[in-house]
Amino acid sequence: MGAGHGHRLHFHGHSVVHRAPAHLKILLLLGFVLTVVATPREWYPVFGGYLALLLGVVLLARVPLTYLLPRMVVEVPFLLFAALMPFVAEGPRVALPLGGWEVSVSESGLMAAWGLAVKGTLGVLASLTLAATTEPTDVLRGLQRLRLPDLLVQIMGFMIRYLDVVTSDLGRMLTAMRSRGVDPRSPRHWPALARTLGALFVRSYERGERVHLAMLSRGYDGRLPGDAR
Amino acid sequence: MHVPDGFLDAPTSVATGVVAAAGVGIALRRARAELDDRTAPMAGLVAAFVFAGQMINFPVGAGTSGHLLGGALAAVLVGPWTGALCISVVLLVQSLFMADGGLTALGTNITLMGLVGVVVGYAVFRLVLVVLPRKLGSVPVAAALGALVSVPAAATVFTLLFAIGGTADVSVGKVLAAMVGWHVVIGIGEAVVTGLVVSAVIASRPDLVHGARGLARRTALRTGEVAA
Repeated sequence: MGAGHGHRLHFHGHSVVHRAPAHLKILLLLGFVLTVVATPREWYPVFGGYLALLLGVVLLARVPLTYLLPRMVVEVPFLLFAALMPFVAEGPRVALPLGGWEVSVSESGLMAAWGLAVKGTLGVLASLTLAATTEPTDVLRGLQRLRLPDLLVQIMGFMIRYLDVVTSDLGRMLTAMRSRGVDPRSPRHWPALARTLGALFVRSYERGERVHLAMLSRGYDGRLPGDAR
Repeated sequence: MHVPDGFLDAPTSVATGVVAAAGVGIALRRARAELDDRTAPMAGLVAAFVFAGQMINFPVGAGTSGHLLGGALAAVLVGPWTGALCISVVLLVQSLFMADGGLTALGTNITLMGLVGVVVGYAVFRLVLVVLPRKLGSVPVAAALGALVSVPAAATVFTLLFAIGGTADVSVGKVLAAMVGWHVVIGIGEAVVTGLVVSAVIASRPDLVHGARGLARRTALRTGEVAA
């Protein structure tokens, strides 16, 4: 069960972007997305500039775009919402040629959809770049340098450390359910799924207690030793 | 479904960020008072559990799927402060390590799901528990009702934020009707799963359920002579 400390987004590399200090990258990412969000959506060329800048960083990091693009699916539900905007928004309507038909859509809704889509996409791509070029432990160290409360960083550290352990625990339970003819997704089998989740909670909680005792026996006093992270 | 970047304008995002930071700060202090030096490993493991629970998708209908949000569930299982802390950490990790939910919308997401979802869920849970008979069987029912209310409550606050700092010209009434209507449906699923999970934990380890404290039947310690 000691497997899988790596995380799903990290792309191993030794580029300038990979080697840059994590706290710097977090600050740059925050500054970048804040700037993108604050930019008026009518400034079309500026967004092209943002995209070029971002693609430049990706190129510099030598992370293939084919690695990043499939991971942008987290954005899809939200793009659907954006696509809905022109149809539900108020204001003057314009005709939009759509596959041979002229569809009447709201002008301001069209602008809103453009704004949502472009800002959301830039945000996701920027966040993915950070996640792909920075080891989780480095992100934690960066957050610590940025004066995030120590306890919060510790909790995040434990969550990341045990994330794969707990999810693979659940994975095995779900496999066991499926092999007995239970479909965890179907509401018909929710009682079985709920008992599984209940058991998972008890297991995780007890694991937490054991980890705590193991830490105490190694001299834990509420702070982690500096080199452990 | 996390709010992404660009959904709310910059001032609103910064304002919710301040609210979220204050809320997480209070939750940190209260959780520490409750768990002492167990806080880091326990909250970390519970956060990992919440994350795992959120990975299971349910078909909601019309080809879309939803997943457990877990705010009310976490509040009932480990208490409101630790619960809010765990949900906030889950959102932080999802945003920073998985690009799920925008970094500028992190404050909004924590405010909605970590604070509003947990606080409303726990408040309803406590209120219902006052009305119901004082026994262990009431806890899952109260937890389910807490979950049922917490989801549309978070949706309502989102609509409020959207009215203040939204970037689309949609009538607030329409958004409110759509959001609340949709989230009542999600809330029903959340309520059923939350109630069932809480009752499953109570069946095996009632001592672990924070919301059931003082309700678990204590078995008297029996002492007697042992035959030699």
